[in-house]
Amino acid sequence: MSFRRFWRRAEWDRERREEIESYVQMETEDNIARGMPDDEARFAARRRFGNATLAREEIYRMNSIWFVDTLVGDVRYSLRMLARSPIFTAAAVLTLAIGIGANAAVFSVVNSVLVRPLRYPKAEQLIALHQDAPGAAGLANAADGLNLSPSMYFTYAEQNRTFQALGVWMSGMANVTGLAEPEQVRTVSVSDGVLQALDVPPAAGRWLLAADQIPQASEPFGFSGFSGRSSTVMLSYGYWQRHFGGDRSVIGRTLTVDSLPRQIVGVMPEGFRIVKAEPDLILPLAFDRSRVVSAGFAFAGIGRLKGGVTIAQANADLARLLPVWMDTWSNGPNSNGRWYENWRITPTIRPLKQQVVGNVGDVLWVVMGTIVLVLLIACANVANLLLVRAEARQHELALRAALGARAARIIRGLLVESALLGLMGGALGVGIAYAGLTLLAAIGPADLPRLNEISMDARSFGFTLALSVLAGLLLGLVPAWKYAGPRISSVLRGTGRTASLSRERHRARNVLVVAQVALALVLLVSAGLMIRTALALRTVEPGFTNPEHLQTVRISIPSSLIPEPQRVFRTQNDLADRLAAIPGVASVGFALEAPMETVQPNWDNVFPEGKTYPGGVAPLRRFENISPGFLRTTGARLVAGREFTWTDVYGLRPMVMISENLAREFWGTPSVAVGKRLRWYQFSPWQEVIGVVQDVRQNGIQEKAPEIVYWPAMMGNPFAPNGAPFVTRAATFVIRSDRAGTEAFLTQVRQAVWSVNASLPLASVRTMREVYEESLATTSFTLVMLGIAGAMAMMLGLIGIYGVISYAVSQRTREIGIRVALGAEPGALRRLFVRYGLALAGTGVAIGSVAAAGLTRLMKSVLFGVSPFDPLTYMAVALVLIAATVLASYLPARRVAGLDPVEALKAE
Amino acid sequence: MAKPSPRADMLQGTLDMLVLQTLVLGPAHGHTIAHAIERGSEDVLQIEHGSLYPALHRLEDRGWIASFWGTSENNRKAKYYRLTSAGRKQLLEETTRWEQMVRAIGRILKPATE
Repeated sequence: MSFRRFWRRAEWDRERREEIESYVQMETEDNIARGMPDDEARFAARRRFGNATLAREEIYRMNSIWFVDTLVGDVRYSLRMLARSPIFTAAAVLTLAIGIGANAAVFSVVNSVLVRPLRYPKAEQLIALHQDAPGAAGLANAADGLNLSPSMYFTYAEQNRTFQALGVWMSGMANVTGLAEPEQVRTVSVSDGVLQALDVPPAAGRWLLAADQIPQASEPFGFSGFSGRSSTVMLSYGYWQRHFGGDRSVIGRTLTVDSLPRQIVGVMPEGFRIVKAEPDLILPLAFDRSRVVSAGFAFAGIGRLKGGVTIAQANADLARLLPVWMDTWSNGPNSNGRWYENWRITPTIRPLKQQVVGNVGDVLWVVMGTIVLVLLIACANVANLLLVRAEARQHELALRAALGARAARIIRGLLVESALLGLMGGALGVGIAYAGLTLLAAIGPADLPRLNEISMDARSFGFTLALSVLAGLLLGLVPAWKYAGPRISSVLRGTGRTASLSRERHRARNVLVVAQVALALVLLVSAGLMIRTALALRTVEPGFTNPEHLQTVRISIPSSLIPEPQRVFRTQNDLADRLAAIPGVASVGFALEAPMETVQPNWDNVFPEGKTYPGGVAPLRRFENISPGFLRTTGARLVAGREFTWTDVYGLRPMVMISENLAREFWGTPSVAVGKRLRWYQFSPWQEVIGVVQDVRQNGIQEKAPEIVYWPAMMGNPFAPNGAPFVTRAATFVIRSDRAGTEAFLTQVRQAVWSVNASLPLASVRTMREVYEESLATTSFTLVMLGIAGAMAMMLGLIGIYGVISYAVSQRTREIGIRVALGAEPGALRRLFVRYGLALAGTGVAIGSVAAAGLTRLMKSVLFGVSPFDPLTYMAVALVLIAATVLASYLPARRVAGLDPVEALKAE
Repeated sequence: MAKPSPRADMLQGTLDMLVLQTLVLGPAHGHTIAHAIERGSEDVLQIEHGSLYPALHRLEDRGWIASFWGTSENNRKAKYYRLTSAGRKQLLEETTRWEQMVRAIGRILKPATE
């Protein structure tokens, strides 16, 4: 059968009619020639031809596609039937639309974030240079592994055989002056190879090239100590639009970045990112080869594999280069690069997408799973509606069967009807999904990567369509299987009178309700576990107090603005004093980073006095640099000893403070630690421990508090040739005040800062409350999603139970009438129906508990402080569900009491 | 799809063969074909002329015959059919098969005469 002929069959038929007409004419003429009278001749011709309509019909049928033809009929019929019961249709379509819409939205997120390739040309070739280093635990963390040092970059970039391009990068902040108000902007500093690997052409101008990476002068106090002075910069599209209105003549102009003039050489296109970073400016790293040593593991590596090279091959290539790196570089005259064999470094390259997406996949799959369950519950409800409807239509169906409709045809009719419901639900669902995604983009969960890439694409629409059709067909199967069978005679003869309740007839509905309750239990348990997680997180002592009264401001003082370290610290001291003088401020301090702030921390070996480590390899400890008064301001409790004083710091006294967990590890009890000594690396001077601080959840509320060594914000630098001390140029100031976060207060903060130095921009202005909430963002997101899903599930489940019980009551009206007439107590009758509801709910709860125990294990990574099998949650959810069931059954059962036996017996 | 009965199937195949055979002599329209078959069989095969048209349509669909509009001997517009080369091949096949069958049936009915 060809569709071309199918569409042209009307034309064919016209032609055929002409042909037949021409036959009749000829035959008539022949007959007349044989001497017949005119009218008789024509009549005879027609008789000779036979049934013209039959012939035409036969030809027409040859040209038609039977399946399509009758399907069109079924669709028309179904639409008419649906239009005839608008309330049923609306309820079913709306329920499906919510279920399908939620699924379409979540699928779009999963698809955009996890499935779609990153927005780079040939993104599958891009990798993150992840490395494991079990011997450097602490420095190498699970998310980022061991970063690269500049020397590693040189060895890898120059000697690899498997990469088209390879580079390292680091994000940071810079102060831009000379445009309007001084502004702190986000930067990414890149080595040669990063832009080449990403391979996104510039929107204007050119990339940073190898020539831009040649240091033009040494930068004695430059960040990371390895970079030289460079003189070019690229802008992001957003920055270009905001500050230059997208003017192309900006190429070649000068921008003052950290008090240094830089020539603008190019602009990257809209939406360009370096892995997850969205910088305003892109700067050259300009490593100073003469000063590069083995260490400095601060740079993220990125590369583009040569075509056809596998990750295993690239890993092997880099593993080959590690000994080369160790033999080429050292940390100074008395050191040996081979020492790093202790770290057991292994290249474990990851696809770049994995690096970008991180572990958000865990959360998204949990959400996707729950949302599918919601759809199943919604389908169960609609299936129940369809069953009631099919029951009401038994007569019609039986009549059609009696008139010769085959069972397959009737089943198809029912399936077409439910598929139509599914499609209508899907169409509406797309609208709901769009609204949901718009809302999601507006809320913008901070920890959801690739947020701005989330959209509905062809795959999303395909998924939604498939889901709609599948849901529709599944729904249709239930009534089709129940009612399309024979039993014609019994239905027609029975005239629809329900003599008694048939168990078999209710079984399908009962099964659906039990499934609904079971699924709702699974979702409610998941939501309950998330609530417990959130509660557990709230009780964790973060290591700071009253975060809403703690203002943080990040201020960095570039070496181009104030070169001498002592003067930097003096300026920071002035800033702290001015800020403390603002009315309503209790205390002020500053540090390398505030708790839970994601600034790249420092790490190194620490040796307590009297303890030796085999091979001189001590575990790495986190370093924080803090000002006097910082811990007092954040509210971190002093467990023993005292805080730094300004005199200590200006005197560069060899003193440190340590966290409580580190004190316990080294000396057993915190109080004993005070007065003990430790040192940084093996030959540095000993530092006296003057105080022990409570543990601070520096990495976020869910992460274990790390062991921390607190150094003063200015400290002696044993590496500096000129004896210049080390200072924290980029520091977070914390201000304790009841007025934190108010606009008036922030204005005063700005004035205070600018009264010290007008070229200092303020960045990351927020309260610790925001920082704290951010660290709970994943939990909150999961909690909200599961909460919504759980509430929907419970509502739908209860509606299901209510429906079944009311239906049972209406079906058994006659029976009830008899019972009442025989003297049954209305109370006992009510209990009968409530018991029925309870039995359904109880079965659902039992099945659901088993399913939940199996499924909640998958949530382990998003739970905190609660077991996936938490008995309290299971009990509470089961009780809530059963109590709600009693109510949902009681409401329809109440009608029983008001029944008049005479009316009841006359019913139907 | 509506399935024809086996008997109709056999008749159909036979009718197809007859139509093709008629067209070997040259293009003809439906009226001529119908009468040619009747005359050729000395009026033994009485066919309902109407049933010829679905057959023609089917044969055209299979590419065994082609059609064109022309003018009849009485200057009437008529649809003419002609045999295609595929149709010629088909006719040969069908004729061969038919003859084989006739021979086979003949042998069964009169085995002694051979």
